[in-house]
Amino acid sequence: MAQDTGARDVAIAGIGATPYYRRGETAGQSITQLAGEAILAACADAGLSVTEVDGLAFYSLARAGYGEQMEAGELVETLGIRELKFSAALTGGGGGSAGAIGLARAAIVAGDASVVVTVMALQQRTRLGTVVASKTVTPISSFVQPSGLAGPGHLMSLLTRRHMHQYGTTRDAFAEIAISTRRNALSRPKARYRQPLTREQYFSARMIADPLCLYDFCLESEGAVAIVTTSIERARDLRQPPVPVLAAAHGGTREWGRAFSWFGMPDEVFASAGNKPIADRLYTRAGVRAQDIDVALIYDHFTPMVLMQLEDYGFCEKGEGGPFVLSGAIRYTPERKPGAVPVNTHGGQLSEAYVIGATHIVEGVEQLRGTAVNQVAGAELALVTGGPSAIPNSGLILGRDR
Amino acid sequence: MSTATRATALPADFVKIATDPSTEPFWQAARERRLVAPRCADCGAFRLPPTPFCPHCQSTAVDWTELSGRATVYTYTVVNGYPGLPDITLVPVVVDLPDAPGVRLVSNVIGVDPAEVGIGTELTVDFHPVSDGWLLPVFRVASPPAKEQHS
Repeated sequence: MAQDTGARDVAIAGIGATPYYRRGETAGQSITQLAGEAILAACADAGLSVTEVDGLAFYSLARAGYGEQMEAGELVETLGIRELKFSAALTGGGGGSAGAIGLARAAIVAGDASVVVTVMALQQRTRLGTVVASKTVTPISSFVQPSGLAGPGHLMSLLTRRHMHQYGTTRDAFAEIAISTRRNALSRPKARYRQPLTREQYFSARMIADPLCLYDFCLESEGAVAIVTTSIERARDLRQPPVPVLAAAHGGTREWGRAFSWFGMPDEVFASAGNKPIADRLYTRAGVRAQDIDVALIYDHFTPMVLMQLEDYGFCEKGEGGPFVLSGAIRYTPERKPGAVPVNTHGGQLSEAYVIGATHIVEGVEQLRGTAVNQVAGAELALVTGGPSAIPNSGLILGRDR
Repeated sequence: MSTATRATALPADFVKIATDPSTEPFWQAARERRLVAPRCADCGAFRLPPTPFCPHCQSTAVDWTELSGRATVYTYTVVNGYPGLPDITLVPVVVDLPDAPGVRLVSNVIGVDPAEVGIGTELTVDFHPVSDGWLLPVFRVASPPAKEQHS
């Protein structure tokens, strides 16, 4: 592979997480407690004192899921952070997960802060699967909510149907995504689901929003994940090998807009993940192509959205996502195969835990440190994606220090 | 499937509507059982949901245009159950509107066996009561398929 031309000015120096719980299991803990535990773990991993943290780069408006809120002041107060010099959040929801590392980079490159933490803590006091139904109606949501599209999966089933109609995609492809992701979780000590998923189980599962069945939905889990980003120079003095940020991007076009809160997307982008503009920017900035990516950590809230992201990110042609995954191309093998890319080697949100995209960043870091449970041999480039959701969507390319 | 569950809309007390100055004319018309859409008074482009600016020319001038009520299924899903209504069957639908090109409406197909709905199915508007006296535009299949249902 030709050398990348990525920025490499900041690096991820530490990662940390709480255990992953099922819905309701963290009821005895506060959001600050969960977030704080993950932040302390990430600082310990980096070999930093938490008192040296001087920046917070959240996403999803610093919401913890879609109900609770993470409060910068509470975290600073209880963790003993000396002085906060940067505190900001990407707008939108889970679409910004990977992009929050770009927000951290912006703070560091601008000189505003030097040790920036990104954190997501999730409790399902508001059950995410029916979040649309439970929100107070607004003038704009009055044009979707009355239809009974109760949650994100219901919304995305409408994009899925279109993809099946336009490109002949079948449920076999979604089954393959669910089954291959589960295979990756089997060896993961922290994974919520460690039993194989069979085709028979998949096809006999309850249909929730046709064509999406139970196993097309990610898990209803709880927990927190934190990531420490700092300058590449400082990262080199810390405990772990730096994982440099080659490129980070967030945003999206008017044609995607509010996406499945709107459904006005033109035909050519309707059955997509809205990530094509992000992909183009990432590859240009990093100076790499899809074919160079060694491992892809693709935001997997719903199986068809993995398929549509594989298309947006250029791992296959538009509309070819079904045959691509059915060829076995996304299955994990220790050695990379030409034309294939291991996807969600950590078991993803479908089988390990759903923490709104943060676990994908952690896995990207572990792959590039060479310490992943399902290690891709010699991995040098990892793609991490956020969303897909209303803009901003986001993506991140991580590399190895050199 | 001899006893097909027919799709319905959410019961009135499950649906609330909120309005603002951009959207209120849509709901006031629906209350009169008329389907309308905002059309830019400067460039002629439709937009839905109704928003303050025309995305094509940024104008705020709007002509509220009455539509025929005809629609075509662009995409749909079949939903079994809703919070508080475990047995309900819904067919949420995104429709193209032939006389408001370029925009879509999110709604429901009601009074139908879900198996009869497909992409391209022709629909006509109807109005379904929701909270606070509002009426919600919903759709029915325009002409039931002539073929006999298998028993």
